[in-house]
Amino acid sequence: MEKIILFAPLVGALIAGFGWRYIGEKGAQYVTTGLLFLAAFLSWIVFLGFDGETRYIHILTWIQSGALDTSWSIRLDRLTAIMLIVVTTVSSLVHLYSFGYMDHDPQWKKGESYKPRFFAYLSFFTFTMLMLVTADNLVQMFFGWEGVGVASYLLIGFYYRKPSANAAAMKAFIVNRVGDFGFVLGIVGLFMLTGSINFDDVFAAAPTLAETELHFLWTDWNAANLLAFLLFIGAMGKSAQLFLHTWLPDAMEGPTPVSALIHAATMVTAGVFLVCRMSPLMEFAPTATSIIVVIGATTAFFAATVGLVQNDIKRVIAYSTCSQLGYMFVAAGVGVYSAAMFHLFTHAFFKAMLFLGAGSVIHAMHHEQDMRHYGGLRKKIPMTYYAMLIGTLAITGVGVPLTTIGFAGFLSKDAIIESAWGAHTGVGLYAFWMLVIAAFMTSFYSWRLMFMTFFGEARGDKHTHDHAHESPMVMLIPLGVLALGAVLSGMIWFGSFFGSHDDVNKFYGVPSHHEVAEADGHGDDHADDHAVATNDDHSDEHATDGPGEETAHAAGWTKGQGAVYTHPDNHVMDEAHHAPKWVKVSPFVAMLLGLGLAYLFYIKDTSLPKRLAKSQHRMYQFLLNKWYFDEVYDVIFVKGALRLGKFLWKKVDGLVIDGFINGVAMGIIPFFTQRAGRAQSGYLFHYALAMVVGLVVLITWMTISGGAE
Amino acid sequence: MLSADISTVLPELILAVSAMGLLMFGVYTSKDKAAPLILWATAGLMAVLGLWIAVAGDGAQTAFNGAFVDDAFSRFAKVVILFSAALILIMSQDYLAKQNLLRFEYPILVALAVVGMMMMVSAGDLLALYVGLELQSLSLYVVASMNRTSVKSTEAGLKYFVLGALSSGMLLYGASFVYGYTGTTLFSDIVASVEGEHLPIGMLIGLVFIMTGLAFKVSAVPFHMWTPDVYEGAPTPITAFFATAPKVAAMALFARVVFDAFGATVGDWSQIVALISVLSMFLGSIAAIGQKNIKRLMAYSSIAHMGFALMGLAAGTETGVQAMLIYMAIYVTMNLGTFAFILSLEKDGKPVTDIASLNQYSTREPLRALALLVLMFSLSGVPPMLGFFGKFWVLNAAVQGGLVWLAVAGVIASVIGAFYYLRIVYYMYFGEETDPLDRPTSPVLWGVLMVSAAVMVLGIVNMFGVEAMAKAAAVALVN
Amino acid sequence: MGIADFAFYVFAITVVTAGLFVVVSRNPVHSVLWLILAFISSAGLFVLLGAEFVAMLLVIVYVGAVAVLFLFVVMMLDVDFAELRGEMATFVPFAILIGVVLLMEIGLAITVWQFADTAQSSLMSAAPAADDVQNTAALGQIIYDDYIYLFQGAGLILLVAMIGAILLTMTHRKDVKRQDVLAQMHRDPAKAMEVIDVKPGQGLS
Repeated sequence: MEKIILFAPLVGALIAGFGWRYIGEKGAQYVTTGLLFLAAFLSWIVFLGFDGETRYIHILTWIQSGALDTSWSIRLDRLTAIMLIVVTTVSSLVHLYSFGYMDHDPQWKKGESYKPRFFAYLSFFTFTMLMLVTADNLVQMFFGWEGVGVASYLLIGFYYRKPSANAAAMKAFIVNRVGDFGFVLGIVGLFMLTGSINFDDVFAAAPTLAETELHFLWTDWNAANLLAFLLFIGAMGKSAQLFLHTWLPDAMEGPTPVSALIHAATMVTAGVFLVCRMSPLMEFAPTATSIIVVIGATTAFFAATVGLVQNDIKRVIAYSTCSQLGYMFVAAGVGVYSAAMFHLFTHAFFKAMLFLGAGSVIHAMHHEQDMRHYGGLRKKIPMTYYAMLIGTLAITGVGVPLTTIGFAGFLSKDAIIESAWGAHTGVGLYAFWMLVIAAFMTSFYSWRLMFMTFFGEARGDKHTHDHAHESPMVMLIPLGVLALGAVLSGMIWFGSFFGSHDDVNKFYGVPSHHEVAEADGHGDDHADDHAVATNDDHSDEHATDGPGEETAHAAGWTKGQGAVYTHPDNHVMDEAHHAPKWVKVSPFVAMLLGLGLAYLFYIKDTSLPKRLAKSQHRMYQFLLNKWYFDEVYDVIFVKGALRLGKFLWKKVDGLVIDGFINGVAMGIIPFFTQRAGRAQSGYLFHYALAMVVGLVVLITWMTISGGAE
Repeated sequence: MLSADISTVLPELILAVSAMGLLMFGVYTSKDKAAPLILWATAGLMAVLGLWIAVAGDGAQTAFNGAFVDDAFSRFAKVVILFSAALILIMSQDYLAKQNLLRFEYPILVALAVVGMMMMVSAGDLLALYVGLELQSLSLYVVASMNRTSVKSTEAGLKYFVLGALSSGMLLYGASFVYGYTGTTLFSDIVASVEGEHLPIGMLIGLVFIMTGLAFKVSAVPFHMWTPDVYEGAPTPITAFFATAPKVAAMALFARVVFDAFGATVGDWSQIVALISVLSMFLGSIAAIGQKNIKRLMAYSSIAHMGFALMGLAAGTETGVQAMLIYMAIYVTMNLGTFAFILSLEKDGKPVTDIASLNQYSTREPLRALALLVLMFSLSGVPPMLGFFGKFWVLNAAVQGGLVWLAVAGVIASVIGAFYYLRIVYYMYFGEETDPLDRPTSPVLWGVLMVSAAVMVLGIVNMFGVEAMAKAAAVALVN
Repeated sequence: MGIADFAFYVFAITVVTAGLFVVVSRNPVHSVLWLILAFISSAGLFVLLGAEFVAMLLVIVYVGAVAVLFLFVVMMLDVDFAELRGEMATFVPFAILIGVVLLMEIGLAITVWQFADTAQSSLMSAAPAADDVQNTAALGQIIYDDYIYLFQGAGLILLVAMIGAILLTMTHRKDVKRQDVLAQMHRDPAKAMEVIDVKPGQGLS
């Protein structure tokens, strides 16, 4: 069944991509969407029927070479199961939605067929994403990782006639390469140190890594910290965290369903997934996790501030995504992986819905994306309005404080904020305040979006407003389904993700702490028995590991320990549960404040924002220009690279490289090519002579070197 | 005794006798009109034999006092040879028929050449080696000049013949040295009679002479000169044949001789192989750049590829042989696909081999262009195509065998070589608009091209188990 | 030096000298004649070795058939060898150098020549002792028994050579009248000839 989930999208992509000429455009659309719904259906079965115990489903034996022995298999644990439903559900709904959204795209002339290509890309993306989340080893994950990069590149640049789309695609690709560089270094480092790329082996070696010092770049590093950090750099690139975030807003150039699928629900969360997946390593890398918390909190804050002033509806949501990803990293960084996954899970629903809702608005407004030209759309497109309203309630975190009743975002976001407080560390406190402020801003910009779009008077082109129309059912149904998720997903799964300790452990298939402690207490032989009992097939290899293995048992990860690992000393979640009441209420208060302010600015007195922008001009420009990140990068990297390039071109290139290239490419190689050509004269005796000369040279060489001995 | 021997050589015997029977059939019936029938019969027979050998072959046995060796190694080579030859036969039917070259002797000569190749890879004796080699070569000389009305074809045949005779002379002379020292022609006795780490000088000279003769057959530099001329001159299906089965046979024979007869003194021949390997890689890559004729280009390409395969051999280890066999299997698959493509190039009913004629091919035949793109990437060794893994194997073997310099040279050569493969891709996708070629019609060629390209992509998963077979073959040879 | 040794050196020197002249003589007919001399001398060497059957084969097959065929070909094809050599002349000094180097190396190898310890026993086991078996019989035993595989292989080579020769040279020209023996033999005189009474001034219609 898991194999079907994994391969159904690939089959769909292949059929749609290569076979659409035979089955027609409609056929391609139906096939891909149908297969995706099948995958989603099966995923839910897997998720609901899953007992938390890690399973391995072998698919193929991959390339074997020396120590690099990998097989392609699905690793099914709770993390995978969660990601499976997120990916397939959102993807299948986006497929359905695209029926309507991509129907008459103004980017294409009449008669050009682009839809099969679009659906094939979507399905291909889904496949690679599934590859990523089902990976059983780092290389497999990396394949998926690169695959989603490629698919994302294709989809962002789908409107290839738009120069801005091409530029955005390139930017996404290049920025992600920076992250991937870290990721690859991390993988190589793990392979060098542990001799394996399989998760199980790597995890088991984590405690030893924590005690290993690595000499790199002139200083000694703690291996676990360094590797965790390198992996996090990869995660930063994919998940658009600060410094590597610049590609995400630009990626909005792609079609809106793509934004919903890739840049809200799935690909961008891959980084969070990576950190959670590597939890056994992260737990032994305190410095790296502190960095993760700081980066995550700062991103959450930074992106929220930028979101306050953006006017493009999709960009607002994009910055919002960026900010919410920061929340997830904070949770993962403080060690409450389950809260991170919880937010990832709920966020997928409401953010995808917001994007699809925004798409519906854009669709209604004839591809107008500037919110300043919206207004009063509540009446025109009521269904979209209600959907967006639910999404906004979810993202801002509306619920009944101190209970577990509320929209999805209320539960998951509060869980993260409480966890940040519960960490009781400096960075945790920093993150706590950052996140609360970010929650305030989230509420502000979300409501701002709602008010500007749906309330007030119609602004902008009158003609467009008159012709604004509700989207077709194929677009509204996905909105409805996602709305359901945005309302309920938090309440239903709160207990599993962030309830009592035992609930969560059961959900992830983790044996609770006292059991582990008991096992340790009975001494080594008992621990070994335990290993044999749980390790069955791998017991031989493990038994030979020797001392490292014992430490792994004492304090580290053992196989079959479930999807996430928390260090025995990690009590952040319990602390979060016992947080004071003001901590628990604070995000709600922040939300109310944001709502009130937005109401004041955009309903009560619509001239206020303009006046504020005028009086605080510098601040406004600073935010509007996204903290000048792009400009700074432009100066440092692009211009710098250009300058460096100029220098290299003028000085180095002119003298050295030019000489070399001219020498090799223009001179030496053609010279040899000519030589080789001239020797190939066609005369028999030349050939014969060459043979004899070759023979004599060989013999002479052998008699001198070999025969002399 | 004799019956046991015969059962060991049964595949060869069946093929040879069938070839003679079909010859009789052809002569006494409708001659060239029966050619398609004979061709298909031969191809079918070869495929069946290949299947039989692949499935039924087991263990290692010798026949005729050790002159014939049937082991996993020879079986691996034979299966590759038989299948590729059968495919080439099927692929060539349309082309030859159009050129009015479909003589009924053609499949028979190919069959006899294949018998020769099978004798080569099973050779356990210097004389058996020579007889197999000559049987194969003579058949190839004839088919090379089969297009009698073309000056280029006859010239190709003649050049091949004269130079081939020269190389055979060298090989025989070397064999006489070896015989003079050891008093035997049996590989097993030769290897037993050498004591110590190094060969005495007389043996050494004999070894070099023999290797020269073999290097000629694999078209390794500096014994490669015939290759471009013959590839260009011979009719294209025959060029395709030259590039595939005989190369496998010669490579396997090379491995057979150096390991079976001189396996005790790896150091002596390893450096020679390494030298001709590096020369082949570089000459093949560099000289191909200036080529305008795709067949000539494929000639240089095959020279470069033989360099890579020899690299595996130069390692002198079991892994090296395994790498070489994998490389050859991949190489043959790639070349089958590429030649299926070349065979389908026609303009106004006439075959075209000019690379420039591929301009803008992708706009007219996107699927074929894509398939060729995959093959070209694979030939140049771009990951994740199968060709990359072939190169990876041999490079890995070279490094393990302590020949790091050779591996580095191989990487450089493959970078240079990538240039001309990508040039073809460039022409197909970005070239200037020219007169379009005819639409290819042959389903056989289409199928071979597509399957070959698909293998290049799908094979990366586990190489269809070739790895394990090559491993068994290498174990059989080296130990 | 006994008579046998003397004969050996005479034959050996003749073979080498004749071989040299095959290559260097300007007239191709002379080359062929030198070749015949070389064959005959090597036949003499075989006789000295006690292989009289092989010696006779050499005389009959090589001298009697092959060389004579060569002679005909050379005389019938008017090939100007001097012209062909003209281009090669530029390489002669270099070729000589290469030849000398090769000769020296082989000379070096032969001066320090040694046999493998097993060589003598291997040699003895290959052929039956000459005393109890006749030369021809021994050959037959080796060719048709021990080396049947190679003999058959050689047969295949000859078959290929034959097919090749026919394939490459035989042409069925449509514009040339060919003799059909069967048709000639089965000709019926009654049907072969028809008497027509031609009326004056009309001709054959």
